[in-house]
Amino acid sequence: MASTEVAGTLPATRERRRGRGVEPVVFVLSILSALVFWELISRTGVISQRDLPAASTSFNELWSMLQTSHFWWSFADTVRGWFLGLTIAAVLAIPIGILLGSSELASSAFHIPIEFLRPIPSAALIPVLFLTIGTNLRSEVFLAAFGAFWPLLVQTIYGVKDVDPVALETARSFGVGRFERFWRIKLPSAAPYIATGLRISSTVALILAFTAELFMGTPGLGQLVNYAQSYGLETQLYALALATGFLGLAIHLGFSAIEKRALRWHPSQRVVGT
Amino acid sequence: MASRLASLAGLMLEITHLAKTYGEGAKATEALRDVSFTVEDGEFVCVVGPSGCGKTTLLKCVSGLLRPTRGDIVLRGNRVTEPPEEMALVFQEYGRSLMPWASVRNNVLLPLRHKPIRRDERGQLVEEALESVGLTRFIDHYPWQLSGGMQQRVAIARALAYQPSILLMDEPFASVDAQTRGDLEDLVLDVRDEFGITILFVTHDIDESVYLSDRIVVLAQAPTKVKEIIPVDLPSPRDQIETRRLETFAQLREHVYRLIKREKAKKQQAPELPEPVPLSGTEV
Amino acid sequence: MSQRRALKIGLEIAVPLAILAAWQAYTVHLDSSKFPRLSTILVEFRDMWLFSQFGTHVVPSLERIGLGLAIAVVVGIGLGIPIGLSRWARLWTMPHIEFWRAMPPPALLPITVILLHSIGNTQKVAFIAFFCLFPILLNTIDGVRSIDPTLLETARSYNIPQHERIRRLVLPAASPQIAAGMRTSVSLAVITMVLAEYFSSTNGVGYVLLISKNTFQFTPMWAAIVLIGVLGYVLNVLFLFAERRVLAWHRGWRASQA
Repeated sequence: MASTEVAGTLPATRERRRGRGVEPVVFVLSILSALVFWELISRTGVISQRDLPAASTSFNELWSMLQTSHFWWSFADTVRGWFLGLTIAAVLAIPIGILLGSSELASSAFHIPIEFLRPIPSAALIPVLFLTIGTNLRSEVFLAAFGAFWPLLVQTIYGVKDVDPVALETARSFGVGRFERFWRIKLPSAAPYIATGLRISSTVALILAFTAELFMGTPGLGQLVNYAQSYGLETQLYALALATGFLGLAIHLGFSAIEKRALRWHPSQRVVGT
Repeated sequence: MASRLASLAGLMLEITHLAKTYGEGAKATEALRDVSFTVEDGEFVCVVGPSGCGKTTLLKCVSGLLRPTRGDIVLRGNRVTEPPEEMALVFQEYGRSLMPWASVRNNVLLPLRHKPIRRDERGQLVEEALESVGLTRFIDHYPWQLSGGMQQRVAIARALAYQPSILLMDEPFASVDAQTRGDLEDLVLDVRDEFGITILFVTHDIDESVYLSDRIVVLAQAPTKVKEIIPVDLPSPRDQIETRRLETFAQLREHVYRLIKREKAKKQQAPELPEPVPLSGTEV
Repeated sequence: MSQRRALKIGLEIAVPLAILAAWQAYTVHLDSSKFPRLSTILVEFRDMWLFSQFGTHVVPSLERIGLGLAIAVVVGIGLGIPIGLSRWARLWTMPHIEFWRAMPPPALLPITVILLHSIGNTQKVAFIAFFCLFPILLNTIDGVRSIDPTLLETARSYNIPQHERIRRLVLPAASPQIAAGMRTSVSLAVITMVLAEYFSSTNGVGYVLLISKNTFQFTPMWAAIVLIGVLGYVLNVLFLFAERRVLAWHRGWRASQA
């Protein structure tokens, strides 16, 4: 991607060279200044300390929470719900996506149902699950899996469809068998899309696992938030928000890294924009 | 024509000891070492040289898009530090310099919007410019609906509507097919005659440089200097068939060719000379 | 019409109908109060949403989505352009953007209530707007950064002033990417609306969902679920329509590049 400055200044190599070393410094400074800002806003009462506990207070609370086993059990519960939901979604979505993507007929047949079911916020299913399966792990996993299924399905279908037909035809003309074609051409070609789908689904699964815990009381971080909210424990709420945020960040960064690796060789990335 | 050349009434562009180095220290690449030449008012000057000799760098410095490491560029008595108001630039990649979301009309209109002229005048300039390049019929089309040659004509029309005193062209016809190229070459000559603009034209096509110019500046291989400046003593108006048939044409062509070939041979003998970075506007 | 094409169209119509028929058949067979017949749901749907409850619940929900999205678009594009254009702004803001975009929205629900001291419209709109901001913001930044440098150089060579550049060059050039971000945000808006209303509201579709659960009224509950699904679908379709018109040039241009 081009790194030409647009802002009207002349490009200057010297500036950029200096710039590269400065990046981590800016990163740290940015975060620090935000934390200082938070601290000040709270301590000086711009937003009352009751409503917005200071950064130091919140991090302190987080730190003490991290030293309790109760927190870690809840953390593990959330991760468990997330993981099971994501795995089930993947195990279903990827094969089905490959099937649908490989057949023009099948994908157009199911096009409308998918387009309709896709945008349904899985959160809307919470009451149903509450009253049917009940407030347990199964509900949480079902919810997470249901939500994570659709983005992954759609991405897999796109990925399989996006295979370069020339590559396939060439293989066919060389007598390469169906399975070989699938394994060596279609699947690798679809891999970046699947990686993108996983990244999206991993986020969705976390949101839904947490939502299930928050609204249904299944064990996990969401349940801790529910508890803290019912008992007016504001500092805990902030600490838990931080913890959840970091968990979300970790998952996002992890799957983005996988996605970037999968995308590295893809033709779309080779298009020179400069 | 001859009288215009003879009169030193207007020194349009003066380039003195221009130098440009990219990068620093070990990774430094010297694209231009010492380039000096002048361009008279109303002249058509071509810059030719072996590939990779920094022709584009030269043009970018002259146009003010790039700041040179050393040297001066003076346009009509004023130093060039950023793109001057009286200069217009036509790039090689016409497709990427036109806005795909705007019609041909609006593309040509864009640079005029900030000029202090009335609305109806602007519209007139656009229409006139498009007429000079023969695209009046396509004024409300989108650029991507047109062929490559036509898109380049839109870019030229845009430059014309801007009413510059000097036009810089960076290998504008390199990405166009040979037949269209001939038409475009003649178009540029017509435009020059009609509007009296000065043109500085960079190309790697030797034939083209001889055909079009009043003078040819031949650049040496990197680190680049001016190898020779050749006056082109061909009659005007030029004609794709007649002019190219002339004895003088062949001689000039051969002369330039040998100069460049010698440069290429020199390069092959001295492979340790750094290759300047081929540019597309981004710095290393 | 070729046989294959006829088959394709036939399936496109038949499969969704078959699914609906199967749903109806299954629920009739099940005969459970928890899973009312599809027909019953649809009747309830018509009664509730198209008549009595439209004003009380559907309108507030739509208002919140509308307002939340509007704020997200204005702030997302308004911030995204300068951040995309300036390397320093980007370096400075990216750590924060990356953190907040990964935050699961429900984790902040109680906090919005605390900070805004209420469970009124402001709280919900703020919640929706905040999370819908990020897809738009990120896509705007991306779109601005991937503008063809030749275009920008052209603008510089013609001395086009900055505000004109942004209005006539940067914004249109980034618009396909921005549209992609908006599409994501439209779906996200429905989700966050449901979450916010389910958590703390006195009206709205999400609220209906909650109440019907609490009172064990299954049919209205399912009708609400169907409504939410329809809402998501319709908003998506409307957006695609609008996008198709505004970005018609983009499709033509892409096709010519092929």
